[in-house]
Amino acid sequence: MPKVSMTVNGKRVSGNVDARTLLVDFLRNEQRLTGTHVGCDTSQCGACVVHVDGKAIKSCTTLALSCEGANVTTIEGLANGQDLHPMQAAFRAHHGLQCGFCTPGMIMAAIDMVNRLGFNLSEETIRENLDGNICRCTGYHNIVKAIQAGAAAMGGLKVAAE
Amino acid sequence: MAGTGIGARVERKEDFRFITGKGNYTDDINRPGQAYAYFLRSPHAHATIKKIDTKKAAAMPGVVAILTGDDIEKDKVGGLICGWMIHSKDGSPMKSGGHPALAQGKVRYVGDHVAVVIAESLAEAKDAAEAINVDYEKLAPVVDLATATKKGSPVVHDVSPDNQVYDWHLGDKAAVDAAFKKAKHVTKIDLVNNRLVPNPMEPRAAVGDYNAGEDAFTLYTTSQNPHVARLVLSAFIGIAPEHKLRVIAPDVGGGFGSKIFIYAEETVCVWAAKKVGRPVKWVSDRTEAFLADAHGRDHMTHAEMAIDENGKILGLHVKTRANLGAYLSTFASSVPTYLYVPLLSGQYNIPAIYGEVEAVYTNTAPVDAYRGAGRPEATFVIERLMEVAARELGMDPAAFRRKNFIKSFPHQTPVIMCYDTGDYDASLKKAMETHDVKGFARRKRESAKVGKLRGLGYSAYIEACGIAPSAAVGSLGAGVGLWESAEVRVNPVGTVEVLTGSHSHGQGHETTFAQLVAGRLGIPIENVSIVHGDTDKVQMGMGTYGSRSGAVGMSAIVKALDKIEAKAKKVASFVLEASEADIDFKDGQFSVKGTDKSVDFASVALQAYIAHKFTGEQLEPGLKEGAFYDPTNFTFPSGVHIAEVEIDPETGTTEIVKWTAVDDFGVIINPMIVEGQVHGGIAQGIGQALMEGAVYDKNGQLLTASYMDYQMPRAGDLPSFTVGHTTTPCPSNPLGIKGCGEAGAIAAPAAVINAITDALGHEGIAMPATPQAVWKATQASLAKAAE
Repeated sequence: MPKVSMTVNGKRVSGNVDARTLLVDFLRNEQRLTGTHVGCDTSQCGACVVHVDGKAIKSCTTLALSCEGANVTTIEGLANGQDLHPMQAAFRAHHGLQCGFCTPGMIMAAIDMVNRLGFNLSEETIRENLDGNICRCTGYHNIVKAIQAGAAAMGGLKVAAE
Repeated sequence: MAGTGIGARVERKEDFRFITGKGNYTDDINRPGQAYAYFLRSPHAHATIKKIDTKKAAAMPGVVAILTGDDIEKDKVGGLICGWMIHSKDGSPMKSGGHPALAQGKVRYVGDHVAVVIAESLAEAKDAAEAINVDYEKLAPVVDLATATKKGSPVVHDVSPDNQVYDWHLGDKAAVDAAFKKAKHVTKIDLVNNRLVPNPMEPRAAVGDYNAGEDAFTLYTTSQNPHVARLVLSAFIGIAPEHKLRVIAPDVGGGFGSKIFIYAEETVCVWAAKKVGRPVKWVSDRTEAFLADAHGRDHMTHAEMAIDENGKILGLHVKTRANLGAYLSTFASSVPTYLYVPLLSGQYNIPAIYGEVEAVYTNTAPVDAYRGAGRPEATFVIERLMEVAARELGMDPAAFRRKNFIKSFPHQTPVIMCYDTGDYDASLKKAMETHDVKGFARRKRESAKVGKLRGLGYSAYIEACGIAPSAAVGSLGAGVGLWESAEVRVNPVGTVEVLTGSHSHGQGHETTFAQLVAGRLGIPIENVSIVHGDTDKVQMGMGTYGSRSGAVGMSAIVKALDKIEAKAKKVASFVLEASEADIDFKDGQFSVKGTDKSVDFASVALQAYIAHKFTGEQLEPGLKEGAFYDPTNFTFPSGVHIAEVEIDPETGTTEIVKWTAVDDFGVIINPMIVEGQVHGGIAQGIGQALMEGAVYDKNGQLLTASYMDYQMPRAGDLPSFTVGHTTTPCPSNPLGIKGCGEAGAIAAPAAVINAITDALGHEGIAMPATPQAVWKATQASLAKAAE
């Protein structure tokens, strides 16, 4: 089996994988990073979103081998102990999650949205840019609010929780 | 409101683990030495299995075992059950076809379970499954609901030669016939309640584990009700007696009803764990979820309403045909009967109601409860009728509703339910003001200027939650009681664990329940843990569905807390050297009336355990109490939702431009969580109305089996929602809670379709109102306008 090496959440890791191993399976099964989820297997729902070299990708349709040498960030790589990333804190403050299953992918997609589009995001921009992430619990209402507040917080601004 | 007690918007205790990727879902659980299961599923809707040849597959790399229906039969593994008996009009019991966990001689829908391959890895299990050779003899399938019972149709189960499961009715037909004879106006409609796939984001999963030393099983599973799963797996399927079977439902990623049921896959995993001597893990992929999770809705209905010369409703006659799929799922039979017809009275005073329901088998996935379960179907019928009737009578739809609202309580409907409280007009009034209904005519004119069609639709729904009391549901055919349990364990340092038979899979019980306990005992909310989802920790419970956890589950906690307070007062009386009758308890302090002597809750807890201040004859040591709570009635949440849509006649696209919800949930513990429940419910209801629909082709192939074919609501499809409340506390439970989990999904479909038909100017649109369907309907509107 071929060997693959990458940096995951700042740590150098490697493993021998079947050529057909997907990145999400490498992360979940080999690295025991089970925060990244599989919701649909077809790149539709976004529960599996992680960052590879600073960009959001869907790890359920990415081969682990294609990430040789890459820098991967998962949901587990955002907080420092109890010290949450502003986007994580915003999801909690705005009740942007219920069952929590889509949440890691939502947060990773949201941070990517801020990286691409800046700290001042309109509701319309957020809704349009969430087209790759499905949530069945929240109706998106509070996710949109959370992302808006999280984006502002990432830029050092404050948006009050409801 | 400040603080953490009842009514406070407390941030959720469970969120930290979810936002940091530290949740513990079933697929995150791995047992030492586990093997992986993959199910070979039927590619045909209807076929007999002549032979299953597993020889080549069994020799493939990594294969541990391949099991089929023959093994199920040999090991006497019982079939899956339906736990609610329905009797037909003629008194005969429903016709229940056998439901083996692995097919025995016949497959009845695409996705039916033919064999399971257990291998060292999932990839090897999948590879081997492809090498199994099944010799099928294809049979003509029954797919179409409308014609399923026609003479000469193929037969799904021999026990029902005409594919009818039951032909049930409720209400007084003679009274309804008399009402229609007196009627000045009769409104008639034909409706389809489209078939939906629940689609919680976490697919179902199971890990079966067997400990040979103890001869005991553990099943980790994505269940809304692990105790019910254990009961069924034990008492009916016969895996093991209950004390040798532990069921753990850890973090569960949404359910919406679809994780209530006891399915083939978890049954096979736990049985196979002993058979192969290894833990066995199965995780559904999304297409399997589409194929084999129980679907929801799927009704065809003809309904008629009799109205007098003053616009008062005289009677209602509803005739529904319900598709239950290929097998009767766990609670399937109750959904189009007792969860449906008793809700047809809506918020209205209707003197006579008669409902008839014919349930049928088809060669499609089983259909069972999905968010709202019967109540959304009832609301769609009555609220479409109200809107259409008002239009036919030339009355304002809000005024027509108001004229017929039930205004005094309790109100006994002609179909079982006795509504306890409500103020329907208050919700309607508040919703209309919040929505600025007065400004609608102006907004419609503005839309028309840019070539858009604007419409406004109401849905005034009623829901019945916390199904109970147990004796009453038993008399209607339920196989179980519908009470809930709680145990409050106070530790010597004054921290508290609450064990509940409810199960949280997104509803936030760990926070809401803790708010109740912290407030009552006057301790910090951090000092309270809610324990659920493990049959070894919580002795028995009925789980979470039907918006029952607040009204029933929290009431059980209140009962246990009453006992805790009574016992703690006894302990405090010894500590404070006062008579028990003189002890007051408030804000976490026990004090002696008329003195400044007091002691805090944690000190009393410690004294209860060290037991130095009293003898064993005076008082039992310890501070732990349990309770079972069986409600005396259903609860009746209600409300009014107003949808406003804008249709682009060029493209047929419907945009929801404004949404107002005013709900009466009784007393609310955490408004933030309740609003979240409403948002999510509305989104699912809008999904049903505009885009979702499971489609089988004439051969019984599911055409909508992934997110590329089945349209799920996404952020860009929905607006922000305006959510408000009115409050009439529920009189039948100690907290006054009514329940909120399903309201949005119940209210929304009728509101959307009423708004679309208002915009179109005619009633010719069915759900889902996709752009293509709406475009066609706008052509009819244009033709009508040109006349």
